[in-house]
Amino acid sequence: MAGEIQERGLAVRQPSSLSTRSQSLLARLSGETTLGRRPHARPYQAYLFILPGLLLYLVFVLIPIVNTFRYSFYEWTGFSEPTYIGLDNYTNLFRDKDFWTAISHNFFFVIFYTILPILLGLFLTSLLTRQRLRGMVFFRTGLFIPYVMSPVVVGIIWRWLFALDGPINHVLDAVGLSSVARPWLGDFTFAPYATGLVGTWIEYGLCMVIFIAGAQSINEELYDTAIVFGANAWQQFRYVTLPGLRQQILVAFVITFIAAMRLFDLIFVLTSGGGPGKTTLVTSVLLYTEAFNQNHAGYATSMAVVLTVIILVVSVVVTRLQARSEAEELV
Amino acid sequence: MTARRQPQTYITYFLLTIFTLLAVLPFVGILLLSFKDTSELGNGAFALPQVWRWENYVEAWQGARFGDYFQNSVIVVIPAVLIALVLALMSGYAFGTMRFRGDNVLLLLILLGLMVPFEAVIIPLWQLLGTLHLRNTYWALILPQVALSFAFGTFWLRAHFKGIPADLIDAAVVDGCGSWGVLWRVLLPLSTPALLSLIVLLFMWTWNEFLLVLVMAGGDLRTLPVGLALLRGRYATNITVMAAGATMMSLPVIIIYVIFQRHFIRGLVSGALKA
Repeated sequence: MAGEIQERGLAVRQPSSLSTRSQSLLARLSGETTLGRRPHARPYQAYLFILPGLLLYLVFVLIPIVNTFRYSFYEWTGFSEPTYIGLDNYTNLFRDKDFWTAISHNFFFVIFYTILPILLGLFLTSLLTRQRLRGMVFFRTGLFIPYVMSPVVVGIIWRWLFALDGPINHVLDAVGLSSVARPWLGDFTFAPYATGLVGTWIEYGLCMVIFIAGAQSINEELYDTAIVFGANAWQQFRYVTLPGLRQQILVAFVITFIAAMRLFDLIFVLTSGGGPGKTTLVTSVLLYTEAFNQNHAGYATSMAVVLTVIILVVSVVVTRLQARSEAEELV
Repeated sequence: MTARRQPQTYITYFLLTIFTLLAVLPFVGILLLSFKDTSELGNGAFALPQVWRWENYVEAWQGARFGDYFQNSVIVVIPAVLIALVLALMSGYAFGTMRFRGDNVLLLLILLGLMVPFEAVIIPLWQLLGTLHLRNTYWALILPQVALSFAFGTFWLRAHFKGIPADLIDAAVVDGCGSWGVLWRVLLPLSTPALLSLIVLLFMWTWNEFLLVLVMAGGDLRTLPVGLALLRGRYATNITVMAAGATMMSLPVIIIYVIFQRHFIRGLVSGALKA
């Protein structure tokens, strides 16, 4: 699933290998290792190689995941003895206004984190059908910078840019739009949009780079054929480029969607954890506050479970879509 | 045929340039800001500083404790990346080149750690590290990070080792290589690009890690991201000192990114799911 998507991502550059990867995950994991012919290791040695890392992973990741699910059925302050309360955390969760506010903001930010960057990326790619671009190394390096930086630094930068006496308002003043100038991140109406735009700014370079790489590897003959059949630029994009980018779009969707669901560091810094009021509050921030400031650790784990389920479901569905599009390719 | 330049191409270059500038210029702005005096804030984001005030960096390093945070970051990142690398190398080798009972189940278990968000781990992890009396130690910042990086690294290197021709390994075995010998003398020399990608990704993730440090580390153990986010007192309102701190924190990532950008992007595109 995630691994499959990752390997799919690896294959972004080599679409020819995609069709060979059409087996199901399990079939592929069980792998037809030809290495077995002359074993270079005794069977127990494999376990010894895996054991040290696996132990750490078990203690610090796997058992905590199981405990998160377990504690979501308990009343627990984080310090007290947990008491079993069945589904109470979940019924409370669905009555909790703050939770609905937070999770709806996550989905609102999907517009800015996922939809807008993908559209921007597609728009740019639509212009370069079958054009080889030079100097991509330069553009790629620059476009990826926002994605590489810590969200904390990004938050500091945009808090400065959006400030009442910050550069954006200075520009507005200079062009005679001083009436529009405002403390963007302190404004109840504009703060969610300003925060969302920062998300778009972080993610669009990623989408552009993935899509351009994908478009450059589409077989040119497809365009020739399309032109023979009288396809105009839009039709070439719609019927050649877009289907050719299906894998890349799905990968970009999963990456940016998960980023929107997990938003934390950026909000923590940019709007001091969801302000003004609760206009930019998101689920991870609420989870953090409930667990570590309000001592509602058990309740907070139920939020973690909901967040995890959303992310898992979307990852799995998208992986299925990918598998299907590959099956179609084979036909 | 492709060499022919159409107007579309120029438009594409123009837009690419705009979007690239848009991505880079805010960082240039904060870099310039880090050398300015607060009185220069009205001069425009891209105006050069009247005097290059290195004092901002001294003040950030000493007054705002960025020196301590930087030291903490280094103390956490270097062992976390190295330990994860060695452990992932071993398990990726086993998963990639050996067959053994239960390999699929184990691999799926490790896959789970890649798909589940860190938020699903943090609360019981906080309790666990409390029980082990490790909270407020560097171990609380290193060990969970190693465990997560191990999961990603295992998948990364497994895929890589699977792609190496089996004949090479067979030949080495004929020549009398044991399983360690195969890994160190045959596979490792062929793995430099895959290892570099992995190292830069793990470095970036560990260097930027926020939630884990926020939850586990008290004031003295904070790494750079949390130190910067929780600046208190007069520095919290002093944007030029904050800018200096942000620049200092970003510099190692930027340097490594620019040197290894090819590895970085290849790894990010394929591995971004984990982050």
